[in-house]
Amino acid sequence: MLIERKWKKWIFFYIPMAVFILFTLFPFYWMAVTAVRPDPELYRTWRQASATPFWTLEPTLEHFRGLLQTTAFPHWLWNTMLIALVSTVISLICGMFAGYALARLKFRGSEFLGTAIFVTYLVPQTLLFIPLADIIRDLHLGNTPWALMLTYPTFLIPFCTWLLMGYFKTIPKELEECARIDGATRFGAMVRIIFPVAIPGILSAGIFAFTLSWNEFIYALIFMSSAELKTVPVGVVSELIRGDIFFWGQLMAGALLGSIPVALVYSFFVEYYVTGLTGSVKG
Amino acid sequence: MANVTIRNLNKNYENGFHAVKDVNLEIRDKEFMVLVGPSGCGKTTTLRMVAGLEEITSGEILIGADVVNDLPPMDRNIAMVFQNYALYPHKSVYQNMAFGLQMRKYPKDEIEKRVREAAEILGIESLLERKPRQLSGGQRQRVAVGRAIVRHPQVFLFDEPLSNLDAMLRVQMRVELKRLHERLETTAIYVTHDQVEAMTLGDRVVVMKDGWVQQVGEPLELYGKPLNRFVAGFIGSPAMNFVGVAISDPSGVLWAEAEGLRLKVPQQLVERVRPHTGKRATLGMRPEALHPVTGADPAEYCFDTTVDVVEPLGNEILVNFRAGGAPMVARVDPAVRVKAHQAIRLALDPERVHFFDENSGAAI
Repeated sequence: MLIERKWKKWIFFYIPMAVFILFTLFPFYWMAVTAVRPDPELYRTWRQASATPFWTLEPTLEHFRGLLQTTAFPHWLWNTMLIALVSTVISLICGMFAGYALARLKFRGSEFLGTAIFVTYLVPQTLLFIPLADIIRDLHLGNTPWALMLTYPTFLIPFCTWLLMGYFKTIPKELEECARIDGATRFGAMVRIIFPVAIPGILSAGIFAFTLSWNEFIYALIFMSSAELKTVPVGVVSELIRGDIFFWGQLMAGALLGSIPVALVYSFFVEYYVTGLTGSVKG
Repeated sequence: MANVTIRNLNKNYENGFHAVKDVNLEIRDKEFMVLVGPSGCGKTTTLRMVAGLEEITSGEILIGADVVNDLPPMDRNIAMVFQNYALYPHKSVYQNMAFGLQMRKYPKDEIEKRVREAAEILGIESLLERKPRQLSGGQRQRVAVGRAIVRHPQVFLFDEPLSNLDAMLRVQMRVELKRLHERLETTAIYVTHDQVEAMTLGDRVVVMKDGWVQQVGEPLELYGKPLNRFVAGFIGSPAMNFVGVAISDPSGVLWAEAEGLRLKVPQQLVERVRPHTGKRATLGMRPEALHPVTGADPAEYCFDTTVDVVEPLGNEILVNFRAGGAPMVARVDPAVRVKAHQAIRLALDPERVHFFDENSGAAI
């Protein structure tokens, strides 16, 4: 019995788990190895006798140096950070109020509004950028960080609103009723009681929004043209692939540095993040 | 300190549900008033309208001398204890209790004094720094009550505050609430679906059903003189036995008859039952008004039946049987030896007989 169970655990748990982990983490490993691999190793064929595709014996930081000195990478990093932060904050604030209203206030058409907001999230960006480009041009925002700070919320607000609406609905309404009897206004009860209680949900929405804007590609590609103003995903791709030459080392170094902030944000808030998604509040 | 007056109160929900119908109540100063009834009877809605959490469709609510219909909850000087306690999960016990005072801008030392005082009354001084999730159900309940009493409100509102506790704790908290009310001398409105809670806590009890007030009265008044069949059946456990009977007057004496059951209408009811002669009525007998026959019982209040199930509870025995085509329960002394399927002759206490109109259910 016991032996059989062990055997089953290997088949159904450990092995699938190992495959899954390998599958998810390998691209990151490949990125890291490529970033420190010297150029001669990068551009030699696999068939060569001395090829070591999965590791390198002479790690180098040359690609990082090249990336930081010859390209505008520090600028890109700063731009991405700033744009992601501002658009996340805008979206969170709007999402908190909209989510609260949809979850709690009964007004004519609230359900329709909720659905309508969700539908806007489903419109693909690849379509939406065309009218948005028009608007950006009319407002003379092209090639400024505001072009992205104001367009990212078009998909972040619906996302935050929906996530937070779901979270607010899990909070017992007696909490704010009690606060209102205790002497708070409706708005006061929302700010003093509901928002603090919803911190796990708000942080999850924030992390998601931050990641989405950090990784955003198409708007950043279209609305920003000067090299200085680009974000990391666009900058790396447009400046490090020249013609048909791929600067693999620098590309991967850029990707690696670009993913560190997101990883840090995740690991800081991972606990909140999990409770935020499962959403459980007990009195 | 204040009385609460409710005049012609109605609540219609947008979906057309008429939850509260023409409720009129006068809750006196310092009184403990209990609203009781089955779920959906409008008791909680009424309470929430007093609290200001629910809009009033029509009618008036006065706290003291002021009409509060349009006042927000914060300006009504009330405190409410919720069924799920509604403690603020991110605040400590102390902060939970202090919140209402902070919102009203009380000075710090006054807040401290009042919170300590309430904590002492409730025996939760040692828990003040804890968060709600670190407390047991009974402790949370105490904190919720403490949060209400620090405010020294004019009226306490309780919305089924004991429903989430286990049976033992519920009995204990019931006594504590009663003691607390005696000590604080504040008007209280208490909603429950548990008639035992209603009877033990209430100075007066309001029985509601389908949005209508059925009867208002002191607990023993409701028990002894129910105004209709619903109240008679709702108050008391086990519930009153009901059987449909025909009223007949063969020889100047009124009899209530059903299949296998023939009982004389007791003297004190004759005048009121006489107009129903020849019609049907509902006879109500409390389980405790039935007992096995002794020599002293007059034959016209006795009947024969067969025991169905026996529930020995220790301090009493519940005997289930059928009479007049209806299932019934008698509550008898534990010294009486009864077994299932045994034939038994039971007597009815003529002082404790009720008749109800067959159609309207009103007491005759």
